Amino acid sequence: MTYITKPKLHHPTLQQNRIGYTRRDYEGKVSTLCAGCGHDSISAALIQSFWELDIEPHKVAKLSGIGCSSKTPDYFLGNSHGFNTVHGRMPSVLTGANLANRELIYIGVSGDGDSASIGLGQFAHVMRRGVDMAYILENNGVYGLTKGQFSATADFGSRSKRGVENRDSAVDTVGLALLMGASYVARGFSGDKEQLVPLLKAAIAHPGAAFVDVISPCVAFNNHAGSTKSYDYVREHNEAVSRLDFWPSREAITVSYEEGAVIDVPQHDGSILKLRKLDGAYDPTDRIAAMNAIARAAAVGEVLTGLLYVDPSAEDLHAHLSTVELPFNRLGEQELCPGSAMLDRINASLR
Amino acid sequence: MKRIEAVNDFVIKFGNVNGSGSASANELFAKSFLRMGIPVSPRNIFPSNIQGLPTWYEVRVTEAGWLGRRGGVDLMVAMNPQTWDKDVREIDPGGYLFYDNTKSLPASKFRDDIHVVGMPLTEICNATYTDARERQLFKNIIYVGALAALLGIEPGVIAELIGEQYKGKEKLLKPNLNAFQMGFHYAEEKLKDAVGLKVQRGYNVGDRIFIDGNSAAGLGMVYGGATVCAWYPITPSSSLAEAFQRYCARLRVDKETGQNRFAIVQAEDELASIGVVVGAGWNGARAFTATSGPGISLMTEFIGLAYFAEIPITIVDVQRGGPSTGMPTRTQQSDILACAYASHGDTKHVLLFPEDPHECFEHAAIALDLADRLQTPVFVMTDLDIGMNQRLTKPFTWDDTRRYDRGKVMTVEELEAGKEFGRYLDVDGDGIPYRTYPGTHPTKGGFFTRGTTKDRYARYSEEGPVYVDNVQRLLRKFETAKSIVPQPVLRGCGKKTRFGAIYYGSTSPAMDEAYAALEAAGIAIDTLRLRAFPFNDTVSDFIAEHDQVFVVEQNRDAQLRSLLVNELNIDPARLMPVLHYDGTPITARFIASEISERVRVLNVEPLKKGKAA
Repeated sequence: MTYITKPKLHHPTLQQNRIGYTRRDYEGKVSTLCAGCGHDSISAALIQSFWELDIEPHKVAKLSGIGCSSKTPDYFLGNSHGFNTVHGRMPSVLTGANLANRELIYIGVSGDGDSASIGLGQFAHVMRRGVDMAYILENNGVYGLTKGQFSATADFGSRSKRGVENRDSAVDTVGLALLMGASYVARGFSGDKEQLVPLLKAAIAHPGAAFVDVISPCVAFNNHAGSTKSYDYVREHNEAVSRLDFWPSREAITVSYEEGAVIDVPQHDGSILKLRKLDGAYDPTDRIAAMNAIARAAAVGEVLTGLLYVDPSAEDLHAHLSTVELPFNRLGEQELCPGSAMLDRINASLR
Repeated sequence: MKRIEAVNDFVIKFGNVNGSGSASANELFAKSFLRMGIPVSPRNIFPSNIQGLPTWYEVRVTEAGWLGRRGGVDLMVAMNPQTWDKDVREIDPGGYLFYDNTKSLPASKFRDDIHVVGMPLTEICNATYTDARERQLFKNIIYVGALAALLGIEPGVIAELIGEQYKGKEKLLKPNLNAFQMGFHYAEEKLKDAVGLKVQRGYNVGDRIFIDGNSAAGLGMVYGGATVCAWYPITPSSSLAEAFQRYCARLRVDKETGQNRFAIVQAEDELASIGVVVGAGWNGARAFTATSGPGISLMTEFIGLAYFAEIPITIVDVQRGGPSTGMPTRTQQSDILACAYASHGDTKHVLLFPEDPHECFEHAAIALDLADRLQTPVFVMTDLDIGMNQRLTKPFTWDDTRRYDRGKVMTVEELEAGKEFGRYLDVDGDGIPYRTYPGTHPTKGGFFTRGTTKDRYARYSEEGPVYVDNVQRLLRKFETAKSIVPQPVLRGCGKKTRFGAIYYGSTSPAMDEAYAALEAAGIAIDTLRLRAFPFNDTVSDFIAEHDQVFVVEQNRDAQLRSLLVNELNIDPARLMPVLHYDGTPITARFIASEISERVRVLNVEPLKKGKAA
């Protein structure tokens, strides 16, 4: 961690986005995580993503569970409301928050202990319900804050820092998210910001349950030989299926793409995902094929990254529940209370 | 042989098999008394089962209007061979047994101090219907017809009720009416004057309504402005969320767009349902969950977080017996301490104690206001007896000028005008800070919500004094709660007495009747009905004014008494527990006999004039 706080004054020449904010406006408090922690790279990628998407910081609500990863929402979007909830239960709190005001953007930050162990049930059910959110799992295969115990995403046969071999099967979070009905599933690596930022941007823009699993090495407890979540291991075994570019609808596409190498996936809101395919056969709109590909890669120890699945016509929980457009937290007596005349009628029917 | 003779004042109990369709017939029977202007108080005693196990329905007909369970049975309608012996034993001497005598039973199956009324129900059904299910269902309606004739219920009243029940379903209306007539005529001809229990038109129902507490609370949540309901099915609370759903479908759908002004999530468990409520409350929607004791146990971690993070949430706890299945379909008031002190760390919570469906409606709406005003969890403590039984209760009322109290929420205008914002800053001295909804202002009013580790401005702090400062403010807030929760109801006997009784919730109707019985027996006692925790000065004053105070409740360990002792520093010797906890609702007979016996023991020395008890 660093003890040096950054000056609050902004340099006048700092680049502004379309709505007049600089990157500094998307920063938060100084991180208290270890120097070199993958999670800090993810926070930086989130800052970059929100800045590039021209989203007003206070229109984002940040929710997290408990653990190292769940502390990070304090380290980005400092003017947004954040909620450090209960271990493994962020998904339910996020669901309720989303129901109360559908106009905000919801970002859920969790770790592998939070999502794959204590919170596996809530993780599964929030995907089933299609809550409109970007769910970021900062996955390091280890319990950091309690000092180095295996988590449920630690691979079978991987070794802890103390040399103990893990004999439990790993929970495959992207496979599970797909199975449970997430409509956007991606995996990134905290050491590859260029790949990660577009994945996060598209997740934030996705109008449904978006899940991004980010392999994020723990420099203190899980970055040694024998770990399958170390920087070295992930770099060597990273198998990207595609490179993603994300284009909000209003933007002109400024990069020229080679014919045939790129597929367009237009989204509900008019934005466009442009996929530069690295694996020619991979179709990210085919859910069954995605599940097969993930399972096949896992069997040979490869870490499949990139956009794994997207449903371009995804719907969210509000659509399922057919709720009104106006956020619930702005409805008053007028909209909610049926009044005394109706109550008299109800009374009459009960005699 | 003695023969119980009574007009408009008796108890009839039905012993049925679960899933045999008896419930709707029995309800029809109970309602017929109301239509004749006689108060009635029915109770379901049901198993943890859908089909096959024994179930009972007890109907107290009471012209005097005593709505508690009386105890004792004057007429048993024994339709379940499994429970025959037990059911026959339960009849008061001189009472009546109504049964299906299609098959003859040996004399040893009866008692010689009761009157037996047999009717060949199965034979009649088999002769009339060919379909097995019809034989089963119409048997229930036939016995209702027979009972109507035996007791003198006007047949037109029941015909009217059947008409309402099957309105628009002509196919069902006719055969039900026929079955009713069949039973009625049979009894009229062949069972003339077989029972000494009679019904005459009365005028004691007034404008009261007949509804169960869970439906009333669900409707109260609609009127109180709840928009988010998250729940997990658990007896005896499930019908509350279902009632909310039903009323919302009728009252909260936008007529033009067909869109809903509510969201109901049936969550994967109670941890998720309370999590959804916490998230919605944090973000400014009125949200509630309905559950029972085991659900409360699962929710306690979140309840602690909501207390410390100061998030408005409303929880209805429809109390029941403890874990597993069986007793959980019986009633108790046994979650008082579990809720008052729910969760880890330095917590305590606001509890409301509705006495009947009318107050279930009121307290549901009040709880939503209190949760927003106090920014804290608020519990509505009902129980199975109120929740799942239809009860005659005052009609619901709503004042159209009433505004929802959304509590202290700082607006974008106030922030813009430079008003100081500290999420946990006590600006007004009442312990209640201001909050902002997420997304209010681009640069002001944002904060990070945590449990305990924060200062007045919601900044991270692990300092001891900062923690103490915060939890002391939470105590000031709890003090504020005392004056805004529903206040206790005092009933003075009009004489000077050294005896008082404290009670709450579903004990009310039994206590009212016991009070009258004690008064008639010359025992003077003042009573105080508690409607909320924390307790205010009225409660300590009441205890101070009496030498002995009976605390009447429906749990084994005198939980409310413990709460009184603990919170008000009362000498435990002054508070005598009167406890009923076998899963059946408490009765007036029980309360009156417990209290009069203790008063007799306490009054061994001769009483001075003017100090009656």
